[in-house]
Amino acid sequence: MSKKTYRQAINEALRQEMERDERVIIMGEDIAGGLGSPGEQDAWGGPLGVTKGLMPKFGRDRVLDTPITESGFIGAAVGAAATGLRPVAELMFVDFFGVCFDQIFNQAAKFKYMFGGKAVTPVVIRTMYGAGFRAASQHSQCLYPVFTHIPGLKVALPSNPYEAKGLLIQSIRDDDPVIFFEHKAMYDLEGEVPDEPYAIPFGEANVTREGDDATIIAFGRMVNFANDVADKLSKQGISCTVVDPRTTSPLDTETILETAAETGRVVVVDEAHPRCNMATDVAALIAQDAFDKLKAPIKMVTAPHCPVPFSPALEDLYIPGPDKIEAAVRAVVGKAH
Amino acid sequence: MADIQPIVMPKWGLAMQEGMLAAWHVEEGATIAKGQEIADIETSKIANAFESPLSGILRRRVAGEGETLPVGALLGVVADPSVADADLDAFVAGFQERFAAEMAARATEKGPEPETVETAAGRIRFLKLGEGDGTPVVFVHGFGGDLNNWLFNQPPLAEGRVTYAIDLPGHGGSTKEVGSGDVGAMTAAVCAFMDAVGLKKAAFVGHSLGGAISLDLALNHPERVHSATLICPAGLGPEISVEYIDGFMTTSRARKLRPILEMLVADPALVTNEMVEDVLKFKRLDGVEAALNKIASATFAGGRQALQLTDKLGALQVPVQVIWGAQDRIVPASHGQGLPASIKVTLLPDAGHLAHMEKANEVNELIKAFVGD
Repeated sequence: MSKKTYRQAINEALRQEMERDERVIIMGEDIAGGLGSPGEQDAWGGPLGVTKGLMPKFGRDRVLDTPITESGFIGAAVGAAATGLRPVAELMFVDFFGVCFDQIFNQAAKFKYMFGGKAVTPVVIRTMYGAGFRAASQHSQCLYPVFTHIPGLKVALPSNPYEAKGLLIQSIRDDDPVIFFEHKAMYDLEGEVPDEPYAIPFGEANVTREGDDATIIAFGRMVNFANDVADKLSKQGISCTVVDPRTTSPLDTETILETAAETGRVVVVDEAHPRCNMATDVAALIAQDAFDKLKAPIKMVTAPHCPVPFSPALEDLYIPGPDKIEAAVRAVVGKAH
Repeated sequence: MADIQPIVMPKWGLAMQEGMLAAWHVEEGATIAKGQEIADIETSKIANAFESPLSGILRRRVAGEGETLPVGALLGVVADPSVADADLDAFVAGFQERFAAEMAARATEKGPEPETVETAAGRIRFLKLGEGDGTPVVFVHGFGGDLNNWLFNQPPLAEGRVTYAIDLPGHGGSTKEVGSGDVGAMTAAVCAFMDAVGLKKAAFVGHSLGGAISLDLALNHPERVHSATLICPAGLGPEISVEYIDGFMTTSRARKLRPILEMLVADPALVTNEMVEDVLKFKRLDGVEAALNKIASATFAGGRQALQLTDKLGALQVPVQVIWGAQDRIVPASHGQGLPASIKVTLLPDAGHLAHMEKANEVNELIKAFVGD
């Protein structure tokens, strides 16, 4: 066990799975870099250094740089998965998925259903999401609710380095298509990560804090904010349960309902836009199945319904940060000051 | 000033950097005895009662309830009634000043860390603590445990001697190849470890399955065993909690695993979230599930212990003692009854299966007295 960053944890998961199973290949824009140039190879290791060192170790047959044509290489990854490989494709920013929705929504997600359960599509698509990077509206969205909506896709949202390694290994070993979301503000986040390979099962939420007064259900990076808020409030006599669902599809409805019922006061934190996001989904679930346990209306803490602003000042206001989470918890427990 | 003694935040295991003083059990001015539970301390790993390291009158409670303090920080001051308040104040001020300097120095140093060694039985991870020519001690954990189970025991035993806490095959940072997975395979792995580190003979302290392994060593390799302390050991009767073993093996959610782990202790409050999380993290490692299944089916399939050593105890050539938590819900303490008179049996009334963690001071004293110098 040693301290690793989120970036290193993802790199280690890729490396260990490529060592374990030669069918695992990785592909994407600039994930090796330097193809066809006489200069330095693997200079960057992908746009944010996540795949650094993999091309020299595994060679260009298993680490494929692709053209800037998402519709082409995502289709190729889906096809390769359907015919026996286990590709991990990197689609730099989740904002760019629009051009290859058909390959994902209509092909990868449907093969198992349309071919009578005889086809498997073990493809993983890694992508960056989230605001806070001063990257404006076309490079800062969350969009995981869009993929969660499609039956046949699995969606993972690792909230720290330990989760990132274990969930990525599970994603690669899973026989269904998985969209794997990496928050770009977390790449340098450090945490204890075992050196050995390990897999975290999908659909099993992690209860990171246990409390009596309120339940905070948070997704991805927001889990860290929720933990910080819970720690702060516990010193002021408000104790919170914090739930990290880990995957939005499959969703651990059992743990969500159980922890919501225990406190009866619920805050759902979701960085995605507020219409049809995970917060509305979870709030609806609780309202439908645990209404009789609620002691206060459910509070949703989300981004506003607008594109991510380019102005740094506005972007900071856009993010559902700790202050907003704290205010929501205080509101549901009736101690707003 | 010499009559003033500090009580400081204890260090329970390698990972402990700080602890939270949850509650005091004694008031200022109270007479306290060594070993008396004077406070509750919570760490990220475990919550436990803090037993006073010395006797006297608690003149000052320096640390407040709810305060989180680094290891070694001043919790209270013990002194004779004749010591003046001004002297107490001077002592506290002086201590805090030295401690602040020590903390600044500590920030740069690194404590002992587990090592690994390649043995005939594969990679074995171990933690070596202490030096000196006292009888070396080897700690062997139980099923599903690891070397960290000895966090309350290994440091105090390491004074004047070399101690090793090992991870058995299939556990912790050791190989996940467990051979046949039975006690004999584990015993062979322990011998292979001793060969690899050049250890000829040692006093063994084994818990649960590790107790059966230590006893197997004492019976079959007496030349390598100075003495054996068996804590809530397997191997002395047929029963073992199938509810615990199955629950431990099959539960992957923290909230469901917690009640299973609470079966290990007399006071369920000792089980912290981090302890539950650590077990889950271990079980998720590649190869662990298969290794544990193999060990479980080879050693206690169907809730019956495969290896029964009770009939062979008459042939023991080395000293053996047994320590049992009376409230053990995993392996019944009744297995400690009716053993040959040469085996000293100590029953700890308020302890469960993790007696060495729940009653660390008492267990440590029993081990020290038994092992000698």
